[in-house]
Amino acid sequence: MAETPLLRIEGLAKSFGALRATDDLSLDVAEGEIHALIGPNGAGKTTLVNQLSGELAPDAGRIVFDGRDITRIRAHERPHLGLVRSFQITSIFPEFTTLENVALSAQSRTGHSFHFFWPVAGDENLNDIARQTLSSVGLEADAGRPAHALSHGQQRRLELAMALVLKPRLLLLDEPMAGMGPDESAFVVDVLSNLRGTVTMLLIEHDMDAVFALADRITVLVYGRPIASGTPEAIRSDPAVREAYLGDEEAA
Amino acid sequence: MLLFVEQLLNGLQLGIFLFLVAAGLTLIFGIMGLINLAHGSLFMIGAYVAATVTGLTGSFLAGLLAALPAAAVAGVVIEFVVMRRLYDREHLDQVLATFGLILFINEAVTMIWGRTPLFLNVPDALKGTFEIIPGIPYPVYRIAIIAAGILVALLLWLVIARTRVGMLIRAGSTNREMVAALGVDIALLYTALFAAGAVFAGFAGAMAGPLVSVQVGMGEQILILTFVVIVIGGIGSVRGALIGSLLVGVVDTLGRAFVPDLLKLFLPPAEADGIGAGLSSMMVYLLMAVVLIVRPSGLFPAAAGAR
Amino acid sequence: MPAAYEKPFLIAGLILLIAFPYIAEALGNAYFTSTVSRILIFAIAAISLDLILGYGGMVSFGHAAYLGVGAYVVAILSFHFYDGSALFGLPGTEFAPIVWPLGVVLSALAALVLGALCLRTSGIYFIMITLAFAQMLFFFFVSLQRYGGDDGLFMFAGRSHMPFIDLDDDTTFYYVCVAFLVGFYVLCRAIVASRFGRVLQGIRQNERRMTMLGYPVYRYKLAAFVIAGAGAGLAGVLLANHTKFVSPDILHWTKSGDILIMVILGGIGTLTGPILGSAAFLLLEEYLPVIFGDLSMDLLKDHWRIVFGPMLILIVLFARRGLYGMLFRRENGDG
Repeated sequence: MAETPLLRIEGLAKSFGALRATDDLSLDVAEGEIHALIGPNGAGKTTLVNQLSGELAPDAGRIVFDGRDITRIRAHERPHLGLVRSFQITSIFPEFTTLENVALSAQSRTGHSFHFFWPVAGDENLNDIARQTLSSVGLEADAGRPAHALSHGQQRRLELAMALVLKPRLLLLDEPMAGMGPDESAFVVDVLSNLRGTVTMLLIEHDMDAVFALADRITVLVYGRPIASGTPEAIRSDPAVREAYLGDEEAA
Repeated sequence: MLLFVEQLLNGLQLGIFLFLVAAGLTLIFGIMGLINLAHGSLFMIGAYVAATVTGLTGSFLAGLLAALPAAAVAGVVIEFVVMRRLYDREHLDQVLATFGLILFINEAVTMIWGRTPLFLNVPDALKGTFEIIPGIPYPVYRIAIIAAGILVALLLWLVIARTRVGMLIRAGSTNREMVAALGVDIALLYTALFAAGAVFAGFAGAMAGPLVSVQVGMGEQILILTFVVIVIGGIGSVRGALIGSLLVGVVDTLGRAFVPDLLKLFLPPAEADGIGAGLSSMMVYLLMAVVLIVRPSGLFPAAAGAR
Repeated sequence: MPAAYEKPFLIAGLILLIAFPYIAEALGNAYFTSTVSRILIFAIAAISLDLILGYGGMVSFGHAAYLGVGAYVVAILSFHFYDGSALFGLPGTEFAPIVWPLGVVLSALAALVLGALCLRTSGIYFIMITLAFAQMLFFFFVSLQRYGGDDGLFMFAGRSHMPFIDLDDDTTFYYVCVAFLVGFYVLCRAIVASRFGRVLQGIRQNERRMTMLGYPVYRYKLAAFVIAGAGAGLAGVLLANHTKFVSPDILHWTKSGDILIMVILGGIGTLTGPILGSAAFLLLEEYLPVIFGDLSMDLLKDHWRIVFGPMLILIVLFARRGLYGMLFRRENGDG
């Protein structure tokens, strides 16, 4: 049953001067799977996400999403195709409340916003959608608080909620658990687990427990190219991977 | 033909003035991330000091030499008192605060020197014309300006490409934090950079004295043109500032000289004069608009590579 | 006062404005009404700038250009009306229901064209470019010799002709300004609270995230820029009528700076602040020289403007939230 992968990256390349951040990278992500991307720092993981999200134009190669070549499609159009990213460094709207943050995200998929006269705060439809998503990440109690007042972990969850409310088909998660304590990480692992099958995910993470708990497949990136790709067990026992990456992790 | 070459040289000379002001400004933008509207005031201060000292001593050289430290001091004082507090602030704050500086400096200059423009004469040594191109006599003074500008450009290139300080500047224009992390005294570098920019601007102001009337507002006129230069050339890039300056200088001068006449070929004289005057003063802005459409980051943005 | 007091404050202010001409008359100085008209007109301009600056985060240093376009549309049409000559084959007019909307529309159009160019950039570039284009328009109007050029243009035909309303009466004109200010203020309040308004504020807080959420940020910024330009155009239309005289100085970049000062002095991102700022700025402009004169500080009387610079610097450094911030506390912590 060879299905077309939801995401197919073909020969992607990106250089900054002499630095090859992405080096002939090819990768498939099947629909419904959680695909983890791991690798040492500087391996080019965030650069890859930036190219997938459309913020960075690749020098060469193709990105095919749901059978459609999206390599040249503008960044702001990709979420409407179902390709949504979250940020490694929390990127929220600090002055809005938690609810308003998610409502603003949801607003993006509910038609255009050239509406000038009705107060958006009273849009119960939007607010309900937002509240539901806040519930799913455990932030419903903090809905009325300004986002800048949330703790770091809560902001990371808000970050995730803002991406989830867009009902993505493919979610690009850039270190969603960065800076979280063990309890919060476990909670987020649960949230993502529950989405398995509904939302396809490309997950970048350093937290190996989370990676092995969530991933259906893992790809290891070193110096901008994949050196191994397969099931968690295969990766765990791959000697090249151990040397390049897991060895460092165990020492750390 | 004669007129064209003469106007071309005038354009080059205007370009040199713009370059002297733009070089400092673009480095300050690019490295310090600081927008300083009061940079034009340093140009003005140079002109006023040169005019005053020349008036007192009868020597243009004395005036010129006095203008340089005066501008440097003014620059350092501005940096110390106001700019330091703005490094981490948003651009809006920098714009407003430096606008406040302009208001203050302009009024202070008026208080000291009054509202009548000062006049500065071309120094005797540089009077007269010289046939820089056979058959085309051109004012010696303007030739001197062009020569001075070329010298400064060479000096700047030498410093930036060949010295340690220059290396820091090049590095700083792409990555401020790294330079600080290298243990360089950032505060000192910034102050020195600011003072250097001030000296260039003051020098340009002093040299401009004999050509334009020395009055309040002269700084802002050149500042806005400098902005156009930097947009065209690219922020943080000295090379961009040079090419942008020459481009703007030449386009502006040739535009004013020839556009009204060109229009007369197509339109009745009355209309041509009216539209021609307007169009010629708008030429550089139209040029800027075109560059913006084609290359929003300018022709030689610093981020694309060093220098 | 906590922010909850803002509405009562505004209502009290409105009542004061409505009663003002009678108060001025009672104080024996009807000229005050004219001064306040000017404040109201610039308040409209300042509010329009606050929309893009305070809510959209766009630092436009060329906003006076749109003020100028609106003003010149009125003056030029009046000129042709008075003169009898034709403009592009059409007669001049001073009929307000035609001229005033035309002024607003042409300002909006200018904002559309210039905004489309300027908004291709951001940060320092954007600020410089808005300044440069505004100065370009300044030079353009200076070059229009037929309409006075540098010297400016008098509206010899007087103020626009509005059916049923005698604009030439200063008090009536004053109430027209009050009406427009109230109308524009209410409109902007609605815009800011709408879906569009939330998008605009989102762009200000985190433009990158907005893009990654799927918003075509450029379009929204441009729309806001055009609305702001229209608002400034409205102010320009009223300004030309107020003084019956226009000159390129209206578009000079220092005027853009003045409007910026009004916004920051009054309180950025509040819509009410700009009204306060306009009043404070223009009253200072009007009365500082008088005050210095009364105190026999002759040097300062002639050079009262020297106070503005340090005042602005101090506000930026220490009183960033302006008069609004001093009057009203915000509730959930500071913004």
